[in-house]
Amino acid sequence: MIGRWMERRAPILPRDGGGEPWLAAVIAVLCFLACLSAVGAVAADRAAHGWARQLRSEATVQVRPRVDETGAEAAARAAQTLAGVTGVEEAEAMDRQTAEALLRPWVGDAVLPDLPLPHLVTVRLDPDAPASPVSLSRALAEAGVDATVDDHSLWRGEVERSAALITALAVAAFLLTAGGAGAAIVYATQAGMAAQRTVIETLSLNGASDGRIAGLYQTRYALLAAGAGAVGAAVAMALTAGLRFLGGADGVTPALPVAWSDVLMLSPCPLVAATVALVAARMTALARLRGGR
Amino acid sequence: MPVQPRRAALTDSATDTVRLWGVGFGYAGGPSVLRDVNLILTAGSFHFLTGPSGAGKSTLLSLLTLARRPTAGSLELFGEDAGGLSRSALPGFRRRMGVVFQDFRLLDHLSAFDNVALPLRLTGAKREAWAADVEEMLDWVGLGDRMDDRPPTLSGGEKQRLAIARAVVTRPDLILADEPTGSVDAAMGERLLKLFQSLNRLGTTVLIASHDEALAAASGASVLRLEGGRLAGERA
Repeated sequence: MIGRWMERRAPILPRDGGGEPWLAAVIAVLCFLACLSAVGAVAADRAAHGWARQLRSEATVQVRPRVDETGAEAAARAAQTLAGVTGVEEAEAMDRQTAEALLRPWVGDAVLPDLPLPHLVTVRLDPDAPASPVSLSRALAEAGVDATVDDHSLWRGEVERSAALITALAVAAFLLTAGGAGAAIVYATQAGMAAQRTVIETLSLNGASDGRIAGLYQTRYALLAAGAGAVGAAVAMALTAGLRFLGGADGVTPALPVAWSDVLMLSPCPLVAATVALVAARMTALARLRGGR
Repeated sequence: MPVQPRRAALTDSATDTVRLWGVGFGYAGGPSVLRDVNLILTAGSFHFLTGPSGAGKSTLLSLLTLARRPTAGSLELFGEDAGGLSRSALPGFRRRMGVVFQDFRLLDHLSAFDNVALPLRLTGAKREAWAADVEEMLDWVGLGDRMDDRPPTLSGGEKQRLAIARAVVTRPDLILADEPTGSVDAAMGERLLKLFQSLNRLGTTVLIASHDEALAAASGASVLRLEGGRLAGERA
């Protein structure tokens, strides 16, 4: 009885048992790559924004001491002056040990004692209403401190440009993989229609409209892509969850801070894959039917 | 029911099922297969189309199924000009026809049940509305016990009966059948002819292309004869 029911629910189009599993595999791989691109773009953007926010809330002041004072005295006087400026949370003179610690990874221990180091003041700004470089410079000038203020805007711009580039590349990779999936569906639809030419003629002569026939192909490939997309997304979600689990909130590397929300972000992948397949299959089928091929 | 109607007669009625005027057909660069065919099939009429092999019977049917377009003349179906139809208009005409193809055109991946149900499924109607009709039709053509079998497992005669069941299951306004009894024995041929006659009594116009002159004569229907691509005459 069930066998008879199954028989009578058979799809109108014959199955392409040889090609469809391979097509599904290709789409699953493309969806996996698209998901990784999306996660990479979001994580890189998150890292860049974090760095830029950190840079925006800090400034560095290089102090040049007067003839009658040491560098440490000049830095301390500058820090005291800057601490009183509106929009500054904290200003601290950087001692030589701290400055050497920053340089040690780059130049090593051997030359550090002989190296003339600049006298620096690190300034932490109010993130909600940060003091501008102009107001810091004016305050220092009024206090008679010869100094240069660096608000890190140059470096911040580089970080933001790099983040924008990475995001653009990731979006391009996502679109290319979506295009690749669409091209695979177009090819499969054309091949399927060529192989099933007599079936299509029979359907047409029995009253099927072009839209109805195209609908059969779009349904078939949309369902196939949805299934393959679910597999690809599931693997990508497992990988993303693993990275989040292993790396914590900071990520396995600081450049890719993966969040749990990134895992959820991948859940629409089967729907997107199905939509791409649906549109590609329908347009291809209609073009082929109307072209009489 | 003149085979060679005058032009005035052709334009008088809008209720005829088929009207051909000066219809010709030829493949590009090839000889004409049909020449100056004039034909009217009034609604509810029954005709045999006979003639030797190569006379153009199948080609004439393919023009009527709108699988091909005439290269000359005018073609009207169900009172409307069908010679220059857009693709989007074809399904509306074809759903009013039931066609039995000489090569059956059955779908091998579908069961006998699903093959007969195909034109009904394509209309989008719900299964409950037609499932009983399909079973009844399969019983009628003697395939009630083969519903779940696929065409490759059926004999030539069974395939032919299946093709006929699919053509008539929608109770179409026009049935076009190309050698519908060519693969069945005489008894089944007579039974199928009775099926066509039953549908004809209900108002369906029937045109059967057959080389079986004896069957045509025994049917009592009007017989149209094609020779060399021309309608040579009609015998009532």
